Amino acid sequence: MEHNWRPSADIATLKKRAQYIAAARLFFADRNVIEVDTPILSSSAPTAPYLSSFTTDYQPLSGTTKQRYYLHTSPEFAMKRLLAAGSGSIYQIAHVFRNGEQGRLHSPEFSMLEWYRPELSLNQLMDEVNDLLQQVFGFEPVIRLSYRGIFEFFFKLNVFSCNDKAIIDCARERVSGLPADLNLDRDGWLELLMSHVIEPKLADLNMPLFIYDFPASQAQLAKVAQDNAGYDVAVRFELYINGVEIANGYNELLDSEELRCRFERDNQYRSMDNKPELPIDENLLAAMQYGLPECSGVALGIDRLIMLAINHRYINSVLSFDFERA
Amino acid sequence: MANFSTNEFKGGLKFMLDGDPCSILENELVKPGKGQAFNRVKYRNLKTGRVNERTFKSNESVEGADVTDIDLEYSYTDGEFWYFMDPVTFEQHAADENAIADCKKWLKEQYVYTVTLWNGTPLLVTPPNFVNLAVTETDPGLKGDTAGTGGKPATLETGAVVRVPLFMNVGDVLRIDTRSGEYVERAKDI
Repeated sequence: MEHNWRPSADIATLKKRAQYIAAARLFFADRNVIEVDTPILSSSAPTAPYLSSFTTDYQPLSGTTKQRYYLHTSPEFAMKRLLAAGSGSIYQIAHVFRNGEQGRLHSPEFSMLEWYRPELSLNQLMDEVNDLLQQVFGFEPVIRLSYRGIFEFFFKLNVFSCNDKAIIDCARERVSGLPADLNLDRDGWLELLMSHVIEPKLADLNMPLFIYDFPASQAQLAKVAQDNAGYDVAVRFELYINGVEIANGYNELLDSEELRCRFERDNQYRSMDNKPELPIDENLLAAMQYGLPECSGVALGIDRLIMLAINHRYINSVLSFDFERA
Repeated sequence: MANFSTNEFKGGLKFMLDGDPCSILENELVKPGKGQAFNRVKYRNLKTGRVNERTFKSNESVEGADVTDIDLEYSYTDGEFWYFMDPVTFEQHAADENAIADCKKWLKEQYVYTVTLWNGTPLLVTPPNFVNLAVTETDPGLKGDTAGTGGKPATLETGAVVRVPLFMNVGDVLRIDTRSGEYVERAKDI
């Protein structure tokens, strides 16, 4: 394409982007959160079944044996090793890579603003995200709703206590044009309801929204605790703005044995799904065994946030060069 | 026909769904951070004209539809079929009532229309965005009214009825936007 040498964002947008990022750096400097810079290449990879890492090979100048490396999908694991080593509060703005993900809101290479706060509870971290959104990006205050609450609000369904059939019936009734043979597990159906029904409805909401206390089966790297009604919940939140998923925060799991179990379960799931099993990050597990401090952390898609702050619709319109022009 | 996987989905792609040829209008990747990916597709069923939505798992593929658009000149109708001719090869194509449905009131001999063929048979006839048509019936014109307030109905040579300014008369030729069915301006000639 003859125009592919040109940037995908216009220059005025790139200037605004630079201002937002400079202001975000000031925000963290004011709060004594220090900036860090961790490697993009890793000898291990996150095992999450629906996350696909880019791979590359290291080839020594003299040798013939190649060594497999993975491009990080987020700087989470390396940042947690810094936390275990005593870094205190840290943040990073990093390019991250997710293979196969391309669309209006997805780019295989994008920028993540990720930060970790020892001593902060998940609620206090939500307060801090709220401050960042208002002070740096000019958004309205963020409202909060529990995962159980939002499903009750939209579907009159308690998704912590109802059976699988109630969830599947609800999804089949609410989402038109589903393949008749679609076969998902309970969390898959819940995610389908979230992405196909709830997110489009949130698009009309003028305020950013935190959804917190996820089903324990969607804990990822968050702690599991009991909510005020006695249900097991993952102590994590997601931030939505105009129905777009912006950030994912955890009260961080500290138990290395529990995390090993989750990684191994992911790998079993992968092999059942004919996907390659991935090398578990032993350095992360060793750091956690040494001792990760009580902390909360959040990963925020900064391209999407900037896109919404300036009322754009396409992630590519805030990237200097999108994937097609890379 | 070739198969297309979801990563090749884009607006305009013609594919087969439940036995009918369809055209993608919008395609959106739906993928929560660590969740399973889907493609949410808005498509038009080219046989019925209806617009619907469908969710595909992101590793699915669909069969392409042998659908092509060609420009043909409208010749005549025998009441059952409407005949279109290729101006270069003089090959004739017969479109049935379903295919010309929305286009019927804009059909004028020797005008060129976009005919969508499925396996060689006309599936859909689309008029040009603008056509020039003569007024065959309307109330007498009012001199001096050029502001176009309100207007009046006028029947055109193809049978279409559109709202026109009060000063238009029988025999005047009008430029019509076929997408909205609205009068645009007075045309100099047919």
